[in-house]
Amino acid sequence: MEMLRDENWVLSVGTFLPMLGVLVLLIVPKTDEKLIKLVALATSIATVGVGVFTLMKFNYQNAGTMQFVAQTNWISVIKSTYFIGIDGISLPLYFLSMVITLSVVIYSWNNIPAPGNPKAFFILILVLQTGMAGTFIAQDLILFFVFFELVLLPMYFMIGVWGGEQRQYASMKFFLYTMFGSALMLVAFLAVFFKTGAESFSIPYLAEHGGSIAKNVQIWIFAGMFVGFAVKVPMFPFHTWLPDAHTQAPTQGSVILAAILLKLGTYGFVRIAIPILPEAARQWAPYIGALAVVGIIYGALGCLAQTDMKRLIAFSSVAHMGFVMLGISTLTSFGVNAAVYGMVAHGLITGMLFFIAGSMKERYHTLEISRLGGLLTQMPHLGWILGFASMASLGLPGLAGFWGEFPAILSAYNPAAGLNENVFRVYMVVAAIGTVFAAAYLLWLFQRVAFGEPKAEFATSTSDGAKHHEFEDVTTIEWIAWTPLLVAILVLGVLPNLLFKVIDPAVQGVLHAFGG
Amino acid sequence: MVNAVHVFAAMIPWTSPSVSYYALAPELVLSAGIVAVLLADLFLSNRHKWVLSVISGFSLLGAMLPVIVLGLNDQGVWSMFSGRYVIDDFSLVMKGLFLLSGYVVVLLSSAHVEEGDYWRGEFWFLLLSSILGMVMMSSARDLVSVFVAYEFLSIPAYMLAAWRKRDLKSNEAGVKYFLLGVFASAVMLYGMSLLYGAANSTLLVDLGKSITVAGGFSSLHALGIVFVVVGFAFKISAVPFHTWAPDTYEGAPAPVTAFLSVGSKAAGFVALVTMLYVAFPSAGDVWQPFIWVLSALTMTVGNVVALRQTNIVRMIAYSSISQGGFVLMPLAVAAHSGSSDSALRAVVVYMIIYAATNLGMFAVIIAVSNKTRSGEITSWGGLFSYAPALGALATIFLASLAGIPPLGGWIAKFAAFQSLISAGSGWGYSLAVIGAVNSVIAFGYYGNVMREIWMRPVPDGDITPIRTHGSLALALGITTAATLAFGIIPGVALHFGDIARITGAFGG
Repeated sequence: MEMLRDENWVLSVGTFLPMLGVLVLLIVPKTDEKLIKLVALATSIATVGVGVFTLMKFNYQNAGTMQFVAQTNWISVIKSTYFIGIDGISLPLYFLSMVITLSVVIYSWNNIPAPGNPKAFFILILVLQTGMAGTFIAQDLILFFVFFELVLLPMYFMIGVWGGEQRQYASMKFFLYTMFGSALMLVAFLAVFFKTGAESFSIPYLAEHGGSIAKNVQIWIFAGMFVGFAVKVPMFPFHTWLPDAHTQAPTQGSVILAAILLKLGTYGFVRIAIPILPEAARQWAPYIGALAVVGIIYGALGCLAQTDMKRLIAFSSVAHMGFVMLGISTLTSFGVNAAVYGMVAHGLITGMLFFIAGSMKERYHTLEISRLGGLLTQMPHLGWILGFASMASLGLPGLAGFWGEFPAILSAYNPAAGLNENVFRVYMVVAAIGTVFAAAYLLWLFQRVAFGEPKAEFATSTSDGAKHHEFEDVTTIEWIAWTPLLVAILVLGVLPNLLFKVIDPAVQGVLHAFGG
Repeated sequence: MVNAVHVFAAMIPWTSPSVSYYALAPELVLSAGIVAVLLADLFLSNRHKWVLSVISGFSLLGAMLPVIVLGLNDQGVWSMFSGRYVIDDFSLVMKGLFLLSGYVVVLLSSAHVEEGDYWRGEFWFLLLSSILGMVMMSSARDLVSVFVAYEFLSIPAYMLAAWRKRDLKSNEAGVKYFLLGVFASAVMLYGMSLLYGAANSTLLVDLGKSITVAGGFSSLHALGIVFVVVGFAFKISAVPFHTWAPDTYEGAPAPVTAFLSVGSKAAGFVALVTMLYVAFPSAGDVWQPFIWVLSALTMTVGNVVALRQTNIVRMIAYSSISQGGFVLMPLAVAAHSGSSDSALRAVVVYMIIYAATNLGMFAVIIAVSNKTRSGEITSWGGLFSYAPALGALATIFLASLAGIPPLGGWIAKFAAFQSLISAGSGWGYSLAVIGAVNSVIAFGYYGNVMREIWMRPVPDGDITPIRTHGSLALALGITTAATLAFGIIPGVALHFGDIARITGAFGG
């Protein structure tokens, strides 16, 4: 694979800039909250700035090749190098992680969850950002693994310290599940390394030579990677950590978790498991597809059964990530394109939904759906934003969600050569039914929460005319934090080619073993 | 009678062995330090006994100097007493490890010993003696010198464990350690005598040759190997020979526990590795499955029992048992020609990183228990809220023990996995999977302590900040720097693992 080697400092700076912010934060006294927030904000703005620079300098004619490549010695004894680069698949996710972090930092300006301590809170967010960005640019399996793991502890503490009532249980569950997956994943990485002659951990190198591993061995190695990535996605039946983690996490944690962390798993499939082990991928594809559609239906039914709004949104992630995995399992460029698009769209939309849920929780101090109602009369802006995000989430054409969901379903009609068409067509039908469910639970949610009159306990005024509750509609800070996401959802919905054009060439490269 | 002895002596021409005092310099400096401590103790008044800790610290650092010089010198290998005492790169790396971790233990002890109204002079004397035994162990290449070094490092340690004379638990710790340790020595000695009988030589290299000779391998060898491995299994507290460890660790004074769990364990591994690599390289069929079982049992049992602990030191004791299982892991494939080098590297790297991390963890434990006066894990509640630095450091050490990147522990585990898988055999793969599952279980109890530190309220509401004694702070600084550096620039630790080749291993 030919690589462009210009401006190779860009990615390292973009990835490690947040760590600089962390170092500065470490010396800022704990009591100076204003300064802490300023440093965090400045750091994340600067990071996005580097991200924008990356977007500008990216060579879109060659979106399929690795760009801004940097490679230096790191652990030469085990032939692992500090090898980074970015292509059309990584670029949107890399940039998305920066934008989401900025949104979260802005949102936290007046919204540090109990028990406070903004210094530690912002340090964790910035460390998370480094881990997320690093995962998307790593071109070396060991480097990938280190970044992949780097996000674990900050998220563990974020859920466990700033989370809801069940936070300790949820954080431990989150950690153990992911760690179990990544431990097996590491063993699988090592097996790939030795089975290709112990030459290199570089992903492009392994993608070139991995195909020569005997098929039976490939299937075993794939199993290890599968567990690692599937836990992170999460795929049914590895999803059980997700509703707990999401529900208990503070708003900021939920947003980062939904928008970026879940993508690490699907990204791993696209970047690592499938290109390196193509034969095994072909063998596994029908089973992955089956679990994906089970996830779609299971997630949707789970949503219908929820009484808590945040938990409902969490379950909807299981369903949406099912669509992404279905697209990937077809092993066609059509399907994988849809999957990558779906990752970005789901990141924006579900991130947005969690923001809204957080803001509602802050105002009502509950997310019990049966106690909510009349959001549109009480806080029309927030209500309409919720409506907008729900429509996007259920896949309304013209909004970003559609372009992840619909092509993914369509791609199952015609899976890659060697896969059983009939099986995938059944998946297609099941997934299509899943979209109906999606419409059902989201519209039902919107109807119960936003329509009608507010319930008595939250009524703005009672019959005697005395005011009981005063609710502030969307605040300026919320507007600033949310606008980029809302705009992106709309723009990507209307102009899908903006993104497909970038993703597609890179997807062709990933699927070269399947004839594109 | 006397006449007969004279005649006998006259028959053997006596030539004085060639001794390189240059290569022995670390041992000599340390011995001088021991004598200095002993003499100074006689003449110092009680008020000035703190000088002893300074002398101990400096003699360890002083011994470190020749180690560095010898390491930089590429004169090769010094072999003395016809190969019975060898100074090669492996032994130098291990000597460095013992001396530096000994220095950290001195830092940990100084405040503790001053406070506790103990017999201070003897404490330092015994500590240095035990370290000298370890330093000698790294060079021992003969059944007799291995055994002498083994006893030299153990006997002072038995006494150190029982240091708190009037404390019942400390007495129990010492007696248990002593009885089981002596039992292990006896088993090992029996195995050694069998090996001597089979090979007709005590030199490890000769032992190796006697196995390699066609038809030379006998059941006597096999029996001897098993007994010797069992003897060392006690020292490294491998399951099922671990029963002494939790009680001893809990009862002994905290710095001594730190010393036992790092130095003494590493010495056991050094001896084991030397035996396996120099004496039994071609008897892999005998010891590989044995080590496999030991390793799997040690990791799993250590972990599962650690999950149930409520006392922090007992938990760390079981955790260190389980960590020992991880160190053993690569040795289960060490006789494969493809993975023997990487297995040795993995063991050395693991011991280096584990030493830094575990000593750091003990430094935090000592600092925290100065305030809470309790060993219960629940007493750590809310540590982060009133002692953020100690809380963060504890998190770093715990995460490193759990093997989470980018902290040192991950590269140690990684090297072990890498070596296992490089063997390409079913034994290697299956043990790697067991290890992977265990590293997840381990987070259960490491995470539990983190949870106390970060997420629980302060149990007694006492939030006076913790003042850390100067030397303790230095120990924390050294161990934290090492833990972080090994994780982020793993090349450093791997480099030491890579140069540490045992002379004579696999006939090389």
